[in-house]
Amino acid sequence: MNDDKVGAVLVIGGGIAGMQSSLDLADSGFKVYLLEKSPTIGGAMSQLDKTFPTNDCAMCIMAPKLVETGRHQNIKLITNADLDQVEGEAGYFKVTISKHSRRVDETKCTGCGICTQRCPVEVPDDYNRGFKLRKAIYVKYPQAVPSVYAIDKDICIGCGVCSEVCGAGAVTYDQTEEKTQLDVGSIIITPGFEEFDLTKKRKEYGYGKYLNVVSSLELERMLSATGPYGGMVLRPSDGKVSKKMAFIQCVGSRDRSIGNPYCSSVCCMFAIKEAVIAQEHNPGQEATIFFMDIRAFGKEFDDYYIRAEKEHGIRFVKNNRISSIAENPKTNNLIITYISDGELVTEEFDLVTLAVGMTAPKDAKTLSEKLGVDLNEYNFCSTDILFSPLETSHPGIFVGGAFGAPKDIPDSVSEASGAAAKASSIIASERGKLVTVKEYPSEREVSDKEPRIGVFVCHCGINIGGVVDVPNVVEYAKVLPNVAYAENNLYTCSQDTQQKIKEKIEEHGLNRVIVASCTPRTHQPLFQNTVAEAGLNPYLFEMANIRDQCSWVHMREPEKATEKARDLVRMAVTKARLNSPLPKVPIEVKPSALIVGGGISGMTAALELSKQGYETFIVEREDELGGLMKRIHYELMGEEKDIQKKLKEMVKNIDSDEKIHTFTNSTVKDVSGYVGNFKTVIDHNGEDKEIDHGIVIVTTGGQEYKPSEYLYNKNENVLTQLEFEEKLAKEGKVDANTIVMIQCVGSRTEERPYCSRVCCTEAMKNSLKIKEMKPDANVYMIYKDIRTYGFSEIFYEEAARNGIKFIRYDDESKPKVSDKKGLEVKIMEPFLGEEILIKPDLLILSAATIPHPDNTDLAQMLKVPLSKHRFFLEAHMKLRPVEFATEGIFLCGLAHSPKFFEECIAQASAAVSRAATILSKDKIFVEGTVSSVNEEKCTGCGTCEMVCPYGAIRVDMEELKAKVAEVLCKGCGTCGAACPEKAIEIAHFTDMQLLSQAIAALKEGST
Amino acid sequence: MAEFEPKLVGFLCNWCSYAGADLAGVSRFQYPPNIRIIRVMCSGRIDPYIVLEAFAQGIDGVFIGGCHPGDCHYLEGNYQAQRKIKMTRQLVKRAGLEPERLRMEWVAASEGERFAILMREFPKQIQELGPSPLSGEKPDEKLLANINAAKLAALDFRLRAIVAKERKIVEQGNVYGETKPQEEWDEFMEDAIEAEFERKRLLAMITGKSMSVKELASEVNLPTDRVLDHIVFLRKRNQLALDSIDGFTPKYISIVPEVKP
Repeated sequence: MNDDKVGAVLVIGGGIAGMQSSLDLADSGFKVYLLEKSPTIGGAMSQLDKTFPTNDCAMCIMAPKLVETGRHQNIKLITNADLDQVEGEAGYFKVTISKHSRRVDETKCTGCGICTQRCPVEVPDDYNRGFKLRKAIYVKYPQAVPSVYAIDKDICIGCGVCSEVCGAGAVTYDQTEEKTQLDVGSIIITPGFEEFDLTKKRKEYGYGKYLNVVSSLELERMLSATGPYGGMVLRPSDGKVSKKMAFIQCVGSRDRSIGNPYCSSVCCMFAIKEAVIAQEHNPGQEATIFFMDIRAFGKEFDDYYIRAEKEHGIRFVKNNRISSIAENPKTNNLIITYISDGELVTEEFDLVTLAVGMTAPKDAKTLSEKLGVDLNEYNFCSTDILFSPLETSHPGIFVGGAFGAPKDIPDSVSEASGAAAKASSIIASERGKLVTVKEYPSEREVSDKEPRIGVFVCHCGINIGGVVDVPNVVEYAKVLPNVAYAENNLYTCSQDTQQKIKEKIEEHGLNRVIVASCTPRTHQPLFQNTVAEAGLNPYLFEMANIRDQCSWVHMREPEKATEKARDLVRMAVTKARLNSPLPKVPIEVKPSALIVGGGISGMTAALELSKQGYETFIVEREDELGGLMKRIHYELMGEEKDIQKKLKEMVKNIDSDEKIHTFTNSTVKDVSGYVGNFKTVIDHNGEDKEIDHGIVIVTTGGQEYKPSEYLYNKNENVLTQLEFEEKLAKEGKVDANTIVMIQCVGSRTEERPYCSRVCCTEAMKNSLKIKEMKPDANVYMIYKDIRTYGFSEIFYEEAARNGIKFIRYDDESKPKVSDKKGLEVKIMEPFLGEEILIKPDLLILSAATIPHPDNTDLAQMLKVPLSKHRFFLEAHMKLRPVEFATEGIFLCGLAHSPKFFEECIAQASAAVSRAATILSKDKIFVEGTVSSVNEEKCTGCGTCEMVCPYGAIRVDMEELKAKVAEVLCKGCGTCGAACPEKAIEIAHFTDMQLLSQAIAALKEGST
Repeated sequence: MAEFEPKLVGFLCNWCSYAGADLAGVSRFQYPPNIRIIRVMCSGRIDPYIVLEAFAQGIDGVFIGGCHPGDCHYLEGNYQAQRKIKMTRQLVKRAGLEPERLRMEWVAASEGERFAILMREFPKQIQELGPSPLSGEKPDEKLLANINAAKLAALDFRLRAIVAKERKIVEQGNVYGETKPQEEWDEFMEDAIEAEFERKRLLAMITGKSMSVKELASEVNLPTDRVLDHIVFLRKRNQLALDSIDGFTPKYISIVPEVKP
């Protein structure tokens, strides 16, 4: 019997989380099967217009990931398919999958879309939430991956038109369901979430009855440029531009009556974003958000909230759970009654958006039964939240994204990466065994040869050929300088054409190849691969986009389109003549990591790296490991956990792990080198020590703010939450009758306008602990917004049930604390409308989490940025949450932003997963399209260094010359366009290449 | 006579605007076929002198497409592009060509329709301006000399260095940690562009042929004192030399090797 585990992973669910897990695993030596039940990957993110808090265009940032997932040689996409059954155990799962019939042959469909244009059957398009129509043969959205159409059998009338017009012969009406068996070592489930069924709220809010009541996702589709109204927000009842819209928060969330008592975590920010974007798209748009608490708890969310209110004039109406909506039948306007300053107010709006909550996926139950994983009472995936937030109840099966709890994109992406680390660590011994490493023939020498260009012009069925006179373009190409061969193809992308291209390269001694067809964004990699198989360097390939940017946009002007296609081919020929082979330079990678900071994040990262097989050096400033974890004693989630015991266990595991080297009483003094080859000098007990390592993980953690307000440090009965927790743990009892907690002390202030994320839940935890130890104690919580997001909301409910009294304040009505006659707290009670006096025995301050003071120095040494609040700033807030723009440097935990214990663990695992994509390789290859410096011209002025966001070009202070670290360079070319001495050139996009294309666009014969 | 069909080139960044242009195609949004698109990885790649050279060659209009602020695949290349193109427009204007012939827009990957709308609008705008005086068989010589001077100014250290640093100085803080108000910066920039353009123009005049301050002033239509200031400056920069003195009139000649980028 073969005892080897299987070096493959099944990922279930192809949304942003599933794609991230898949890419991480595939890039670190594992085979991935990505199972998606719909015909297209992309999930909920594909439907978004913009993302908060950066207002990034969702498709702009997601499309590269879609394409990468779709074409990765170690990821097998299995779309339109369901999981049948799972047998076996961790390391050796046997999985059966049913792939439903698309009725379109995936190997033949080119995604050209002619079928959908001709299909006579129309149906409301679910992707656009029914605001648009789609056909019976369709793709979910234009950028869909795989770019393969599918027939919706439920509505297809069987007319046969699609088959008749499909030039590729891809329509296969009799395609049957296929069963596949897979062997995998571990499984990750990322099925995402389902929107709350708003028809359950038809009675209250008239959803489905009043046309101008829409869901937040429906509004999102309206806001999208690809949506029904081209980005305008129009009233569905009459198509008029909305002028005055309202948002009702918590629809389907924080509502025990419908069985969803939890908070959906994202809706507040989602609504704020939509209000801001709606204003951008509809100038003059007024927007009002009715809410109970604004939960802007994530990194830089509060800044966004403040800007929305102050700069965009979005109106926020607090303390309002709107219970019903009425419609003005004449205008179809909507009437909302709410409380403002204790008065009932009625107001009309022309559009109302319901902030729809997240629920567990529809198939959560079946999935859990097939996989044997437990669900929580709300059908989300159950985990041991505190210590293993990514592990399901079934060993070898892990969870990421919204299926664990409602969450936003960055947290989903972090978890997905973290789950990938977990899934791969149990099969780490099998790394590299099932992946394909493609071997190419050695490259032909071309630099000494005159260019011999082959031009392949594609008809794309009738997509190009129906407009552009393709044979004419071919004849024209033949006479262009250096063109040795030209032909046309029905589908240049088809398998047999690839073979033909290779033959023609051989037969005609071609050393440059041009394909004139669709877009390089999707097809260039395919053709580059083909020419590489024929021994040509991939950079000798060039594309002319004569479909997406020609035949499809000039359908009514065939002659001019033909002329343009000729011009585009001429431009490509001009560029191709200047193309040169670019080498992929290998760089050795040291398979070891430096971790700066030994708190929960650093310790988790070290242990996870060790499981992956990599050596780690932890640098810790204090004389022992543990960081803030040393001060945490109680937890809310799940069974009560002994955190200090866990800490001891972790430290013991680290000490006994041969791969982990811990340096306490140590700080980083100097860092040099780059990804794969860093050299760091640390001060270890006063002595310098040099460490070589391949990557860095920054886990400097954070600190509890020492308040300057509310008599802290002046009265011994004023404590911070952490101090109080330590006191409780030490004394084991509560010796106070009346206790006041003040929230947001040092957070959400002018000086520190961010939310510290954990304090509300911490306060619930400690107040429940008080009630448990001393049920008759009076506990008051003075707060701005209660931000117990996700399942923490349950503890807010519990605290309220246990008699904790909540009093809201804002910046104008801060509590006043004095101790002239014993400790006194005066606070305006908004519901009574008068100031009340509390005489607490103990005043507990929920003090902010502040960034570690070391961050500034370390950021300079690593040359990575800090956020305006002095936390570290990641490469991209949404999709690259645990890495810096500079390759090989990662971050997690409080170094990134305030967060919970379990979120630190998930993020630390994520950083390890991202790091493993580098550490798992002996060598990484530098792409050819990088910049290079002409040292004769360079004067060392440093302009390039300043404009490069990747730290890839730096001035060597001894030589006073700019040096490119090719391994870090992404080839954007900004340095070249900025260089005052014109000493920098960008390979493949040289000045000459760009200029000659521009000139060729203008003039025939100028090549 | 057939309606003038402008010849346009577009430089589009790979990740957002090129994708937006593709989406216009996928969605079959129609627009007139005037533009020829050149793909670059980032709008930050576009060197002002390439744009100016395209104008010198007689292109009727240049379109630059980049990611919306915040969306740049390379984090901030589009911000760099924005400032460089703004400078380029000023140079175009100073050379005597309509700055509207150079247009920069943000186009997201999802904005296929917007791209198509822009591609309907831009040719129309250029049609109204008419053909570039630099197009056709006989380009306007004076304008060509001006555009070439603008091109050389865009290749010169001074303008390149300051435009690259503009964002830092105006938004993030200069070496003193201070930020300069945009209006103040714009004035500084305007002065620098004017001076560099004039100097390049003067140098071109005295390449291979010596001229006096007065002759130069009348050729380039500048006050004599202004020309003299430039002469003094360029002499110090070692870019021109005294060639001869004709009576009381010194004549100068360029000693800059001809720039061939």
